[in-house]
Order: sequence, then C-alpha cells, then structure tokens
Amino acid sequence: MPYIPNTDANRREMFDSLGVRDASELFESIPDAILLNRALDLPGPLNEVELRRHAESAATRSADLKTYTCFLGAGIYDHYIPSTVSAITGRSEFYTSYTPYQSEISQGTLQSIFEFQTLICQLTGMEVANASMYDGATALAEAALMAASITGRREWVVSKAVHPSYRETMKTYAWASGCKLVETTVSGIETDLADLESFVTENVACVAVQSPNFLGAVEELEKVERIAHKSGSLFVICFEPISLGILKPPADFNADICVGEGQSLGIVPGFGGPLLGLMACKKQFVRQMPGRLVGATVDAKGRQSYTLTLQTREQHIRRERATSNICTNEALNALAATVYLATLGKQGLHHVADLCLQKAHYAADAISRLPGFEVPFGSAFVKEFVVRCEEPVGNINERLLSRKIIGGLDLGKFYADLAGHMLVCVTEKRTREEIDALVECLAQ
Amino acid sequence: MHPEDLKYATTHEWVRIEDDLGTIGITDHAQSELGDIVYIELPQVGTTIHKGGVFGTLESIKTVSDLLAPVSGEIVEVNEELPETPERVNESPYSAGWMVIIKMDDPSESEDLMSADDYETFIQER
Amino acid sequence: MNVEPTVFELSSPGRVGVNLPVSDVPERRAEDLLGPANLRDDLPLPEVSQVDVIRHYTRLSSMNYGVDTGFYPLGSCTMKYNPKINEEIIRLPGLSELHPYQDEEISQGILQILYEMQRFLGEIGGMDAVTLQPAAGAQGEFTAMMLFRRYHERVGEGHRHIVIVPDSSHGTNPATAARCGYEVIKVPSGPDGCVDVSALAEELSDQVAMVMLTNPNTLGLFESQVNEISRMVHDSGALMYCDGANMNAILGISRPGDTGFDAMHFNLHKTFSAPHGGGGPGSGPVAVKNFLAQFLPVPVVVDRNGGYFLDRDRPDSIGRVQSFYGNVGVIVKAYMYILNLGPEGLKAVSENAVLNANYLLNKIAPTYDVPYGRRCMHEFVASAKSLKASGGVRALDIAKRLMDYGFHPPTMYFPLIVPEALMIEPTETESRETLDGFAEAMLAIAEEAQSKPSLATAAPHSAARARVDEVRAARELVLRWQKTGD
Repeated sequence: MPYIPNTDANRREMFDSLGVRDASELFESIPDAILLNRALDLPGPLNEVELRRHAESAATRSADLKTYTCFLGAGIYDHYIPSTVSAITGRSEFYTSYTPYQSEISQGTLQSIFEFQTLICQLTGMEVANASMYDGATALAEAALMAASITGRREWVVSKAVHPSYRETMKTYAWASGCKLVETTVSGIETDLADLESFVTENVACVAVQSPNFLGAVEELEKVERIAHKSGSLFVICFEPISLGILKPPADFNADICVGEGQSLGIVPGFGGPLLGLMACKKQFVRQMPGRLVGATVDAKGRQSYTLTLQTREQHIRRERATSNICTNEALNALAATVYLATLGKQGLHHVADLCLQKAHYAADAISRLPGFEVPFGSAFVKEFVVRCEEPVGNINERLLSRKIIGGLDLGKFYADLAGHMLVCVTEKRTREEIDALVECLAQ
Repeated sequence: MHPEDLKYATTHEWVRIEDDLGTIGITDHAQSELGDIVYIELPQVGTTIHKGGVFGTLESIKTVSDLLAPVSGEIVEVNEELPETPERVNESPYSAGWMVIIKMDDPSESEDLMSADDYETFIQER
Repeated sequence: MNVEPTVFELSSPGRVGVNLPVSDVPERRAEDLLGPANLRDDLPLPEVSQVDVIRHYTRLSSMNYGVDTGFYPLGSCTMKYNPKINEEIIRLPGLSELHPYQDEEISQGILQILYEMQRFLGEIGGMDAVTLQPAAGAQGEFTAMMLFRRYHERVGEGHRHIVIVPDSSHGTNPATAARCGYEVIKVPSGPDGCVDVSALAEELSDQVAMVMLTNPNTLGLFESQVNEISRMVHDSGALMYCDGANMNAILGISRPGDTGFDAMHFNLHKTFSAPHGGGGPGSGPVAVKNFLAQFLPVPVVVDRNGGYFLDRDRPDSIGRVQSFYGNVGVIVKAYMYILNLGPEGLKAVSENAVLNANYLLNKIAPTYDVPYGRRCMHEFVASAKSLKASGGVRALDIAKRLMDYGFHPPTMYFPLIVPEALMIEPTETESRETLDGFAEAMLAIAEEAQSKPSLATAAPHSAARARVDEVRAARELVLRWQKTGD
C-alpha cells in the first residue's frame, strides 16, 4: 500500500499487543447498520507510473499559458515567476510544515511571514498587514465585515467597477451577516462619483473601490476618500500589487483598510486557485483585523524570535466571539510572494510595472489604429485597457485561439453597457512580436 | 489571604465600597488563572453598567475574559494607565490594578456578594 | 547562534535578485501616461542579490520542522505524509498554467478532473452533490451553514436562529455560527465522551437550525448513536452538519451521508494528503444531499454533450464564496491521491490510522490518563493532569520537552473538556518504529516530570529557539520590521 510503512507482520504484532484479532475489532463502536458493506465506487488504484501518465494525459487536454499567448487578465495575471520562488517554496521544511503554533520549531515560517507582513506594509504604505487571507474577494468581504464591526454600521457601499466576483462574494457575506450591500454605477469605465456619493450616509460602514479597477482604469481616489470620510465611513481600497511598483499606494490616499489579490506576486494562475488575499490597515484597527498575525519578540535566551500573536481574536480561543472563523490561510503562497518581492526588490518591481505600462500602451495604440477597433475611454491604465470591437468579441477570440492566442475578456458577459467591448491585458511577459501577432490577427 | 475590606463576586471581581462609590477590580485568583494579561479594554467615563453585565474585557495569551459588574451604576472614573500597563493587574490586583470606580445606584445590591472568608471557601470548593 | 537577520537587513542599494528583459517597445514617460499625481514617490522594498535571497530563505527553512523532518502527532490535523508525485504532477503546465476565464472548450482536462473530484467526494461522503469552491474547512462550514439557511428560508422556517454544537467541538464551529448571526448552544458530552443524547433532545426546538457534529468526534470516539440523533434532529425540523475533519478514521468504512447528515465538509489538506504549507493553502469542499444541491455556490462543474462545463445558471444558488472555482491546485493533488490509492487503499488508510492510534494509546496509558477508555478511532486524548498535580509539569511543558526528543508536539489544550489535554493522532503513514520511539519519549518525559521537572518546564533546550516570550509579543505588538530611527 503506498505511503503505509507497516507490513502485515508489523500489523500482526500490533494487533497482538492489543489483544485483538483483526482491524474489524477496532471498529466495533460503529453499529453494523452504519457500516458500508461494499467497496467505494471509485477508480484506481494507479501506481506511480500509471498516475503520472494519467496526469500528463489530462494536462494535454487543456490549453496552457506556456503554449498559448495570454492577453487575458481580469484579476488573474500571467506574470513572470523568477526561479527563486519555487526553489524556496519547494523546500519541504516549508511546504510540509504545520501552522506555526509551536514557535520554537517554526521560526522559518514565522520569520518569513513577519517579512511578508513588512513587505505588504512597504508596498501599500499601511501600518500593519496580516499573514494573508484566502483571496482578494474574501479579503474584501472581510474588510467590509471589519468595517461594520468598527463603525457599528451595517451598510457596505461598493462600486460596480470592482471585480464582479469580489462583489458577488461580498453579497454572500453581507447576506450571511445581516449587512446590506449597495452597488453603485460605472460611468465610462470609472466609478460614477456622483452616484457613489448619493448612497454614502451615516449608515454606511465602508466605501470600497478598486484601483486600477476591474476595467483597468485608475480611479480618482482622493475624491472617494473625501466622500467616505465626510460621513464617518471607512475608506477601503482594493489595490493591484504589481501596479504599486509605479502607482501611488493606498496609504497616501488615507485608506483605512486596503485589500488585494496577491496572485501576481509569484503564484501560478492555477485555473483560479489557490490564490493569496492581502489585507493591511491602520494600526488603530489591528484588533479587529481577521487572519493571523506574526509578532516579534525574544526567547528565553534573549534571541530575536517570532510568534503568532493576538491569537485571542481567533477561532480556537475566542470561539463564538472570534473576529473571524479563519483557521487555514494561504501561508505557502505568502511565502512565494515574499520570495518574489525580495527577489525583485525596489528596482525589479518598478521595472516589471513599467514594462507592463509600456507594453500595454504600445498594444493599445496599435489596436486603436486598426479599422473596426477603438480604445474609446481616456482613463489612465497600467496593464489592462478596454477595446471596443465592431466584430462580436466571441468571434474575434475564436479566431485568436486558432493562432494559439488567448484574447481578452468579453465584457458583455459582465457589464450590459460594455457589450461589444474586450478587456485586454498585457504583462511584462508579452514580447513585441507577440503583441504584433495579436494586432495582426485582430486586423484580419 | 483576600483583603478583608472588599466584597467578592462569584465571577472573581472585587468591589471596595466607600459611601456610594464602588472601586472594582479582579482578584488575585482570577489573575493567576488568566495568566499574563496582555490587553485590557475598559469602558468610558459616563457609561452605565448593570449588575452581572459586561463592562470590559481582559486578554491573556490563551484566553479572553469578560469583566462582569458586581453592582450597577455609572462609571465616574477609569484607571487610564491600565491599558498601557496591563501587567499591573497581575502584579497588584487589589491596588494599582484597580479598573473602574462607579457611583452605585443601589448599595443593597452588594449584599449578596461574598466576604473574604466566603470567597476563600468558594474557590477551595471548585 | 541561529539568529538570521531579516531580509531587510541584507539589503544594499542597487542589488536585485533577477535580471529582467529591457523594454522592446518605444519608451514613453510614466508621467505622460498616468499623470504625475498618480505616481508614487518611493518604493521602500529591500534590494537583495539572488544568492542572498536563496541563502536567507534556505537558512530560515532549516529552522522549521515539517512532516518530511519527523513525526507530527497532531490530533485533529491528520499530518500524514505528502506524496512527492503529486508535487511533480501539479507543476505540469496543463494543470497549473491555466487562466480561470479561458474558454471551457480548451480547458477540458482540468474540468474533467474537477468534475470527477466532485463525484469522488460525493461517493466517499455518501452525499449527492458537491461544491469545490470553499478555500478551507472553516469556509466549508460557512458555506454549508448558508446552504442550510437558504433551505430554511425556502420552506418557511427562516426564523430558526440557533446552532447546537457539542462542548468538544473545534473552535471554528461556534465561530462560524456566530459570524452568521446564529446563537450557539453547547450540549455536554456524557461520561463516555459522546454527545449526551438526552441533553441534546432537550435543546431541540423549532428555533434550532442545525446541529453540528464531528464524527468521529474530537475525542477520537465514534458517535454510535448518530442515527438516533439524526432522526431526532430531523423530526424537530433542524438539519445535521458533519465536520469532516476526522474522515481519516472512516474512509470506506462508514459514510456521513448514510447516517443522516445533510451536509459535510472535507479538509483536502488533512485527509487527502495535500501539504499543509505552513498554514495553507487548504481546501474545504462541501458535499450535500440532493435537496440542497440547487443552493450550492456557483459555478458547479457539469457534464453536457460529452464535455465538461461550468454551470452558472443556478438561480437558487447562495452565490459565491471565493473569486473562482476553488483551490484547484490543492484539489488536483487530492484527486491524484484518491486515484493512487483506489478504494482498497483508502480503506487501508483508515484501518491503519485506527490501528496506529490504538497501539499508541495502549503504550502511553496508564502513565497518562486517557479519560475515555482504551479504544479509540484514529486519535485519542491523553491528559497530563496527574503530572501537573505531582510535579507541576503541564501539557504545555510536555509539548515543549518533546521537541528535545525530535518530535513535534501533539495538539494541546483541546478539546476543552479534558484538562491538560494532549490530542494525539499518528495517521497511517507512520511506522511502528516511529510510534515506539514517540511512546518512549512520552514515558521518559513522564518520568522526568517526577525526578527533574525543570527539564520540561524550561524546555525546549535543543530547538532553534528556547521558549518564546508570547506575552511580550502580545504586549508590545511589533508586527513589522522597521529601520531603527523610523
């Protein structure tokens, strides 16, 4: 049996030591009526050779981003992952370890999380960051719950320019916790500020916008901040980590809480999971922040050490009074992000962001010169932009696929007003040749 | 063992009554069970608290505990230094670790609280 | 010795850990494209060479203990061996470099795996429909709770606002319930360690929405009255939820769906061998009976016309709980594990897990109190209370002393109903020799607790760190590195 070291002989000795004849005697506490008296209807077993073959066969039946050129973004991005990331996350002392509750033998995980928290603070300018959440969508929902708990108010205002999946997740969490979600309109491809303002009253716990938003546009965050704080609501910004290599960070806009999706920081697209939720906030809110926190301290010999702290907020101690029910988070992905940011560093991250900026604008210019295509909105963007297409987006994407190109998102599926528009993403991985090939294929 | 001039609640708070003012804290037994206090949340001056109701929280590494009012009244003073130095609750639970002073609505509410001897018996029997 | 500076202290201006291409398109100024007001002034990230990045994190890894280092007898966590073939498989581009919004037509390989996994989990749990979306066990509980709520609303029972849990339940159970606005009622466990059925009966009413049980429970005991409990609960109009964290005891032997549970969650990073990652990612799929299927989070993978698709047309769905379809990378590993083992292999997992636990229990009792008798399922709870009484050595101290013997400690102080609790779950992937070694260490420590208690109370002596000051961490709250002088 794979992975079971004990042999029949070992088991015989162990049964004897218990005075038991066989395994069935150990299951006597299960009433006969409940026992499953047949084998599970499952395939297998496959030995390791067969298993690898089966997996390789399955792998060939999906188009992957190695073989196909990806111009699709919309929350998951094809960024370059430096080789340092898997060199470290592949170390089994990291990936086979448990949650670091026993600090003395988990300093590796704990120190790397402490560094992760610091890097997120450095990236966003915020005062404190947690050890990660499940993904950007749940991080945003948790931020709204946190705002409700801090302000005592029960309404959440969110712009429709925020990622549709994030808003859907917020809707589920709002219903679950008895809060009310209000989604405000988009004008062009930016949040309609007048519409937003009309919903912000002193019943509103938080005002949440994303920048760059789902449609790629940089939002007017100073104006949203004024709207939020005027009525005592918390200002929540959903940020994009790569773009923070160039863009002004959330703290500069006086955000109270900021959240984001960290998949761009060294994590494979993975068909959408696992991901990496990021959350940071002002120091004064740290006790209401969900998720784990690692703090610095010393050991009995006075050496610098790290440990999980403020655990009394968490489920295993507070139980029904916990700030959240989160137990497992995304620690290994947080490690990937830590290694990614340490590898790229100050210069590297700026460079990646700048490459995205340059290439996306090159692509946008080229596409806008094609007959039948337009880049109609003037909003500033970093790596994603909206294209209006005369031809149905579905047809265009089929044509692109035949050339092994994955085209942009058909926005008509998410926004009625943006039917006939495509969301194109260009990352630093896209070469000039690849962009030119895209443009050439669009032109056909 | 336990200061004679105080009255004790079954939930391990003590109260020192002087005229219509009651000073409230937690007992030495309570602080020892909780372990090192790392955080304390106290109400604001002017808050009304009710006998048996929650008026604050104490956090140690391993647990969170509600502070329950042994008598009702309005908070007239709060130990503002305590949140900065929660260890005072462990070190001097009956003096520097005092938490709030309330103006009692109804002094007869303290009649069902325990004396120092009764409290000692109470914790021995648990 | 063994103090590794933070990566920030290794930073030196001008260094970078990877060389990236230069731009191959005409250069434009960021100020022109974004406007100067949108640009950041400074990016205060560290600057480290590649060799320093690698050395730094490699050295940190050496201060960590993992399943690949040694035994983790952590009750309720199922720290079994993580098969390396699955780590290789998941790196195949066709299983990992996939965009969630890419066309379903070109994603048949991965969709088929997800579809089959839904079926596998339904079969293993005795349930009819599955969602793979929840990112972890706690989120699985949340999802199931919301499914129950939607169901109750639909049948006019939306006023039910109470959740009943046993006093031995895992903390996520009441935490999840409270977050969703439920009132939590605890029922006591009887002297046999199982739910006190008459106490439970008394709490049932038309205000109760659900009863959440773990089976086997957190004491490692099978709730043999589960059928009666289910009947009682259903008769009162409430639903039954199974926390599937302990599935490692009953794979192929008993199924929660056959004992009256309406929904359950699985922990793929426990029972199904996906690595713990130091605290995630995990995956917490939820399996339900047919009458709840329509409420599942959207999308669900379905088969249609010989292909696999994401069904988004589910008007009764509770909505999304995550950005996309679930922690696919974790799900693929668990799927491969199930294929690797097959039905006989899964049953052997449970038989060996239960044998290992009973064997170990028998070795360390009666030196340690084992309050609920000499038979258990895949885990058991021992108490250090008599050691504390005689020498002052507590469960915490035993845990720290075990590190000196080369073991990760068991789960401490849980469940709450056992004083000085040590919850021990060996799993099936440990050999008899490892179990013998662990038992010897436990007995040696019990002996030390009488003759020289300070060995335990001042432990660990040989780990990367001596006992860490958690009080100071909580009082002083330093949650990030800062340059001195900032």
